[in-house]
Amino acid sequence: MDFFVLMLAIPLASGALLTVVGERDWAPNLNIVASLGTFLAAAGLTMEIVASGPRFAFGEQFFIDSLNVFFVALTAFVGLTTSIFSGPYMRNEAEHGRLSKPRLRLYKSMYQIFMFTMLAALTTNNLGILWVAMEAATLTTVLLVSLYRTPASLEAAWKYFILCGVGIAQALFGTILLYFAAERVLGESGNALLWTHLIDVKGQLEPTIMALSFIFLLVGYGTKVGLAPLHNWLPDAHAEGPTPVSAVLSGLLLNVALYAILRCKVLADGAIAGDFAGRLMIGFGLFTLLVAAFFLSRQKDVKRMFAYSSIEHMGLITFAFGMGGPVANFAGLLHMTMHSLTKSAIFFAVGHATQKTGTQLMENIRGLIRINPLIGWGLMLGTLAILGMPPFGVFASEFMILTHAMKHYPWATPVLLLGLGVAFAAIFGKVQPMVFGETEARRLPHAPAITPVFLHLGLVLMLGLYIPPYLARWFQEAARMLG
Amino acid sequence: MSASIPFSAQLINLFAAVILLLAFAMLAQRRLPQLINLFALQGGALCLATLVAAVTTGQVHLYYSAGLTLALKVLLLPWILHRLVRQLKVKGEVEALINIPTTMLVGIVLVMVAFNVALPISELSHTITRGTLGIALAVVMLAFLMMITRQKAITQVVGFLSMENGLFLAATSATYGMPMVVELGIALDVLVGVIILGVFFFQIRDQFDSLDIRHMEKLKDN
Amino acid sequence: MISVSGFLGQLFAIALALVLAPLLSGWVGQCRAWFQSRSAPPLLLPYFMLQKLFNKDVVLAHNASSLFRAAPFLIFGCMVLACAIVPTLSTDLPFAPAADALALVGVFGLARIFISLAGMDVGTSFGTLGGRREMLVGFLAEPALLMVFFTLAMIAQSTSLATIVETLAHRDLVIYPSLAFAGIAFTFVSLAENARVPVDNPATHLELTMIHEAMILEYSGRHLALIEWAASLKLYAYSCLGLALFFPWGIAPGDNFLALVAAIPLLLLKLAIGGAFLAGIETVNAKMRIFRAPEFLGTAFMLAVLGLLVRLLLESRV
Repeated sequence: MDFFVLMLAIPLASGALLTVVGERDWAPNLNIVASLGTFLAAAGLTMEIVASGPRFAFGEQFFIDSLNVFFVALTAFVGLTTSIFSGPYMRNEAEHGRLSKPRLRLYKSMYQIFMFTMLAALTTNNLGILWVAMEAATLTTVLLVSLYRTPASLEAAWKYFILCGVGIAQALFGTILLYFAAERVLGESGNALLWTHLIDVKGQLEPTIMALSFIFLLVGYGTKVGLAPLHNWLPDAHAEGPTPVSAVLSGLLLNVALYAILRCKVLADGAIAGDFAGRLMIGFGLFTLLVAAFFLSRQKDVKRMFAYSSIEHMGLITFAFGMGGPVANFAGLLHMTMHSLTKSAIFFAVGHATQKTGTQLMENIRGLIRINPLIGWGLMLGTLAILGMPPFGVFASEFMILTHAMKHYPWATPVLLLGLGVAFAAIFGKVQPMVFGETEARRLPHAPAITPVFLHLGLVLMLGLYIPPYLARWFQEAARMLG
Repeated sequence: MSASIPFSAQLINLFAAVILLLAFAMLAQRRLPQLINLFALQGGALCLATLVAAVTTGQVHLYYSAGLTLALKVLLLPWILHRLVRQLKVKGEVEALINIPTTMLVGIVLVMVAFNVALPISELSHTITRGTLGIALAVVMLAFLMMITRQKAITQVVGFLSMENGLFLAATSATYGMPMVVELGIALDVLVGVIILGVFFFQIRDQFDSLDIRHMEKLKDN
Repeated sequence: MISVSGFLGQLFAIALALVLAPLLSGWVGQCRAWFQSRSAPPLLLPYFMLQKLFNKDVVLAHNASSLFRAAPFLIFGCMVLACAIVPTLSTDLPFAPAADALALVGVFGLARIFISLAGMDVGTSFGTLGGRREMLVGFLAEPALLMVFFTLAMIAQSTSLATIVETLAHRDLVIYPSLAFAGIAFTFVSLAENARVPVDNPATHLELTMIHEAMILEYSGRHLALIEWAASLKLYAYSCLGLALFFPWGIAPGDNFLALVAAIPLLLLKLAIGGAFLAGIETVNAKMRIFRAPEFLGTAFMLAVLGLLVRLLLESRV
């Protein structure tokens, strides 16, 4: 059996199955088993690609190379750990009366469908399908964000839908323009949206159209990445949705949207003389970083704050890819990985913390280290990691981005340092009393799943200290592909 | 001069212009049921433009595309929307945040911007209906304007769908169709989106006692 | 280069305008009555009105100035000139080089200024009100009308009405989407300029919201007759202009006398249809509040600008 087909079929089938069987005692376990299956299939696929190079699937409609297989592995992994985390978390939510059984069913089936759309978006070779999958991902996450059906969550979901709907429509226009440009070269065959065909003729694509197309694509998918000034949906959606959803939004969806931009950037770079696409991304990245950093200090809600932290990191990553070149791309990819793992770990910890204390307001969360030392330490270490403290992996990638920026874009360095500094002060100042402080605790009916938190942080720590050579090679290959 | 443009292309241009005109009419429309009817009309014009393109180029998938537009944009979606308006007992007035003449003036400016952006591309195009790309962009922008200046959730959705119309126009008329699988996917997404939103409206009304998005401004960075 | 036949044709067109204009007004009134299921007034009613008014003595207000007395003649003159410029039957008009489409707008503007001044001259509140409203409507309608003419001028590469009509009448079957926009905008402007229903009601002088009738309340006798006639001429000029620009088939190209004669029945037919169409619009729509008029005309302006833009984008040569 083909690993690739399995990887797409498992989440799709289990999503349907979870809808049909409804909420049972074993449904969360089925969710975990399905995610595990997806992860194993993705791991198998990764091995295959590493061993035997890029491949197609379903004719030429799907294409897996070293760039996207890296994202696939990451997505499947975070998908698995999030499903493990969400088991007890969602049970606790149900016990608290925040979620009914139909909602739990909706959550699990949508979670699987969401994983399916993410993986489809990552592996498709057709830029049109990429768009369709991104839009489908938006629709599933709209349902996930509005899961609680409180006024606030409905508002967040509505904002999310409208903003991302508009954004994704821009991306579609960009895709149409791209097709328009490609059709002139490739003819009216169905191949004009296939990335592997486009990459061969990228030098012949009309630069004027490609420039316009890239702007639309960047703005469109950038809305989903959370690039300022189109980031407004992101904090709301993160804060009002269930925590596992926040974790996959931050850890996966933003990555996939950025991946879409990267694929298009490669084409735009080939077509347009000069560094047009890169400059745009540098501008958007720096602006996003600054906006997010300054909003960070004003946050009261812990999930909102970390949502802004995600925006900040997305800005940094966009900046890194904007600089281009093997080193910056390598750093960008590494940072994406680190951010995914760390941020989802933080959201896991935050989820448990908010469940314990019954609030998301940071001023009411105190003394986590006393309530549950593991959660307290998890949050503290996760925060330190995301703030780029050595020896965690985020430090390594941020250091690489900074040094590269100093070398090639010295004017950007103070901006980067300012953004990172402000973010550091804001987050650290707020998390510290949450972890160490006085409180009265109460026990949760279901013991939280701490393993994913430390699994992620362990990985981040390991990658900070030592990147295995095969992983490094793989990163380098992917970075080289990005040009 | 213009006589060198083939007749079919002229027809497509005409329908594109009608779509643009309807986009403005939607911007000016004050009553919700009529707004939905205008949306259906816009879908109809889009369907005809696609049909002409299909006849001209003989590409089979454009026929499907036209059929899809007819089924979805002219019949099904307006029907769903009308039903929603009835079931939700929405008041027929469309409430605008900015008064309508101002909106129209902004609309004109947007059209100019869109045409300017599209002009260099139009000149490069080899399809005869190159001008429609500018119109499509203008329709997208007008729909966007409608979305941000209207207070009712349902009007925003009509704006969203109108935006989709503009995009479809770009896809079918300017480039003579995207690959079929992509168009199907887009149509499916739109349909599912509207159904989800339909369910959503009931939730919103239950929670807020209104479909007015002014009630939905609680989430702010303070 | 004024040919004799051209000159005769010109004179004939003017005479025809003078004769046909009241008939058109009567026809519109009749159609309106039919559409509204009323018993219709006779078709020749406007002629009877004119005859009656010409036979009556003029009653002047004590404080009426000479402007008040001169205005009807000026307005009438303006409208006759307008009818002379508009190619109704033939495009070979000796007057045409004297005034192009932009001048036509000016001629209408001149008439408007005098009728407003005359309305204010006596100093009654109604007259002032009407004059102010007329200026408001004109101030908004004129740019829209100009935009329409610009669009057409871009198609014909000339602002001369005769050239425009000739170009449009002798094209191959080309669809100009811009013409559709311009046509709708022109209809809007015509409705407003001729004091027709959505903006003003020509059939009443008892409403507080009236525009045209408010200005001419003080007129009587032959002055009133001239103004009424001028109003009919204005409607006729606008109708012919619309027909010539957007349905130009059948207008004689040059000094061919036979073609000129042949053009008459066609013109009558087109005017009849146009009049019925106008009556239809007036029946279906309700008069809007005066505050809505700017919006109405703003829409017309917008449509005209759109037409211009569409012309630039879709129809320009590459």
